[in-house]
Amino acid sequence: MSTSSADPTARPGTPRAAASPKGGAAPGPRAARGSHPFARFVLVRLSIGLLLCVGITVLAFVLTHSVPGDPVAANLGDRAQNDPAAVAAFKEKNGLNDSLPSQYFTYLGNLLHGDMGTSQQTHRPVWDDLADKVPASVELALFAIVLALVIGVGLGIVAAVTRNGWPDRVIRVVSLAGVSMPVFWLAQVAFYVFSFKLGWIQAGGRLSPGAIPPDEITGLYTLDSLLVGDTGTFGEAFSRMILPACVLAAFNIGVLTRFTRAAVLEALGNDYVRAARAKGLPESTVIRRHVLRPALTSILTVAGLTFGGMLAGTVLVENVLSWPGLGQYAYKSALNLDLPSIMGVCLFVAVVYVVINLLVDLLYGVIDPRIRLS
Amino acid sequence: MTPKVTEMNENPASTPDTSTREKSTPGAEPVLAIRDLVVELPGPDGSPLRAIDGVDLTVGRGEIVGLAGESGSGKTMTALALLGLLPQGGTAAGQMLVEGDDVLKMTPRQVRDLRGNRVAMVFQDPMTSLHPMLSVGKQLTEHLRHHKKLDKRAANARAVELLATVRIPDPERALGRYPHQFSGGMRQRIAIAIALACDPALLLADEPTTALDVTVQAGILRLLDRLRRENGLSVLIITHDLGVMSALADRVSVMYAGRIVESGPRADVLREPRHPYTRGLLDALPHPDGGNAALVPIVGSPPKLGQAPSGCAFHPRCPHAVAGCAEERPNLLALTPTHAGACPIDPLAVTASKVGTP
Repeated sequence: MSTSSADPTARPGTPRAAASPKGGAAPGPRAARGSHPFARFVLVRLSIGLLLCVGITVLAFVLTHSVPGDPVAANLGDRAQNDPAAVAAFKEKNGLNDSLPSQYFTYLGNLLHGDMGTSQQTHRPVWDDLADKVPASVELALFAIVLALVIGVGLGIVAAVTRNGWPDRVIRVVSLAGVSMPVFWLAQVAFYVFSFKLGWIQAGGRLSPGAIPPDEITGLYTLDSLLVGDTGTFGEAFSRMILPACVLAAFNIGVLTRFTRAAVLEALGNDYVRAARAKGLPESTVIRRHVLRPALTSILTVAGLTFGGMLAGTVLVENVLSWPGLGQYAYKSALNLDLPSIMGVCLFVAVVYVVINLLVDLLYGVIDPRIRLS
Repeated sequence: MTPKVTEMNENPASTPDTSTREKSTPGAEPVLAIRDLVVELPGPDGSPLRAIDGVDLTVGRGEIVGLAGESGSGKTMTALALLGLLPQGGTAAGQMLVEGDDVLKMTPRQVRDLRGNRVAMVFQDPMTSLHPMLSVGKQLTEHLRHHKKLDKRAANARAVELLATVRIPDPERALGRYPHQFSGGMRQRIAIAIALACDPALLLADEPTTALDVTVQAGILRLLDRLRRENGLSVLIITHDLGVMSALADRVSVMYAGRIVESGPRADVLREPRHPYTRGLLDALPHPDGGNAALVPIVGSPPKLGQAPSGCAFHPRCPHAVAGCAEERPNLLALTPTHAGACPIDPLAVTASKVGTP
C-alpha cells in the first residue's frame, strides 16, 4: 500500500469524469472569496441587532407609558399632588405634556447623546444609576452562568453517556427538581437554611456593612479585589455571592442539564460517531470531538438564552436576598413608575440579549464550517 | 503486505477461480477467518435474541468476498461484531481470527487498537458517516496519528497520498476542506481513504455504493477493485445488491436470518444458485438481457429478530418448500469442493422449476 501513491491524473478514468466536475469546481470560487462570506454574515447580524435595539425602545416606551398608573401620583407626595402648580411643574419637567410620539422622539434623541433621562426616584441621571447597579448584577449573573454551564453541561453529558443507568436517573430527577422550583421560593428556603439556621453563609449585600469596596476597575468586587491583591475582600465578596448565585443558577442548571442530555443523545446517534469508533479512537476523543462538538451548537443556543434570562431572574433573587443590583433597581423603579429608569433597565437588558445572540451566532460560525462557508 | 502485493500483481485474480485457489493454498493464512460466530442481542424484555447463528466466513489475502442478504439478515452485525461495536448488551461467541488473532479473545483495549488500524470499515452513507464539522484532513489523520504515532506533518503527507490514491482532485487543498463541499461519490472516496489510512489488512465495506448515484457506484466499485489489485487489499463487501457482487466479489456468501445459506465462488453462486433464497434474490434483479421477463419478488419478508421459523428459516417464503423443511434445519452441503448450499432440494430441479413459476 505504501508504494501506491497513484498519480491522480495518470488515468482519467470514466467514473471519475462523472463525479469530478461537482467536487472539482466547488473549491475554486469558495476558497478565492476567503472569509468574505463570514464578514458579510457578521455585518448582517450586527445591523439586525441594531434594528432590534431600536425596535425594543419603541416597544418598551409604548408599554411603560401605557400602564394604568400615574407617575404624578407615584412620585409626588400627598400635598404636592393637590398643588396644581407642583403637578404642572412635574409634568413640564418630565415632558409629560407632549404627545406620546413626540415624547418618544425626544427620548430617542437624548439617548443618542448618551442621555437616558433623570430618574424620578434618585434624581440622578439614569446612566449613572445603571453604572452603579449593573456591575453588581453582571458579577452575580456571570458567576451564576459559569456555575450553570459547568454543572449543567457536565451533568447533561454524564446523563447522556450513562443513558438509563443510575447516574442518568439521579441526574434526571435533580434537573427536574431544578426547573420545577420557583426562584423566589428557593431563595427564601436557601436563605433560611444556609444563612439563618446553619449560619454558613452571610447573605445580604455584596460586602459586610461598613466594609470598603475595592477600588473600582471593572466594578466587579471579586475581580477588582483580586486585581489589587486584596484577598480578604475577595473572600468576603465571593462568599456573599455564593448563595444568590446558586439560587440564580439552580433553574438554569436544570434547563442546561436537560438540553445537554438531549443534544448529546442526539449527537451520539450520528453515523459519524460510529465511524469514529470504527477508527479505533479512544472513547474520550470520540465523545469530545465527535459527540460534544456537534452537540455544542444547540447547547450554545440555550446557554445564550439562559444568560439573558439570568439578568431578568436577578429581579427576584436580588430582592429576596438583598443584592444591590439591577434587579432591585428595576423593582423599585417599577413600583414607583419611574419611567426613565424602567426604560433604562429595559434597554440595558435588551442590549445584553442582542449582544449575546450576536455572539452565539458568531460562535455557530466558528464551530460549524457549514455556516461559516456558505 | 508488500510481498503479497507483488504476488497479487503476478496473479491478477481477475477470475474468481484463481483467487479461490490462491486462498486455499496451504500455509496462506486468511486475513479473516470467522468460525461458528454466534451473536446475541438483548430483546425488548432483556432476554437474548440470536441475530447471528453459527456463521463461518473466510477472506483470503487480496480477496474480495461478498456477503449478501436482505436487511436484517445479520450482514452488518457480522461486521460490527468483528470491530467490537455491537449494540449495547450484544454478545459474540465463536472465533473471529484476524491474521490469526482471535478478536473475541482480545481485551477492549486490544480491539480498539485493531479498529481502524488492522480492520477498517466504510459505511453505507457518506453523507452521514463523515463528521460535518471536521476538515477532511483532520478526519484522515486523527486515527492515523493515534495508531501510528505520526507527527502532524507526516500524517498530512500520508493523507495527501491517500487522497491521491482514491483520486480526489487537488489533494493538498482538499485537506482543508469540509465534507459538505464534496459530492456524494467524492465523499465515499474520502471515506475509503480514511479507512485505508492505517494500511489495514482487511476492509469492511458495508453497502458502500447503496447511497450513491448509479453512475458514481461504478467508480467506487472500480476503485475497490483497483485497490485490491494494486495494494493487495482484502475486502469483505456487505451488500444486498447482487449486481455489486457480480462486478466485484471473488466469492459470495449469502445470509438469511443470521445464517449462511449459500457460499461459493461468484460465478457458481450467481449462475447456479444452490439455495432457493439466492435464486429468489437473482430473480428479483433486473437483467439487461432478460428481455421482457417480469421481475419476480420474493414473497413475504425476512423474519424479525428472534422470530426465525423452525427448521429452514426460509421455508415460509420458499416456493419449493416441502413438509420436512419446517422440521429439520439443513446444514451447508458441499456441492463442489468450493460451493455449498443449505438446501437439500436438488438445485437442478430448483432451476428447472423456476421456468414454470409465473
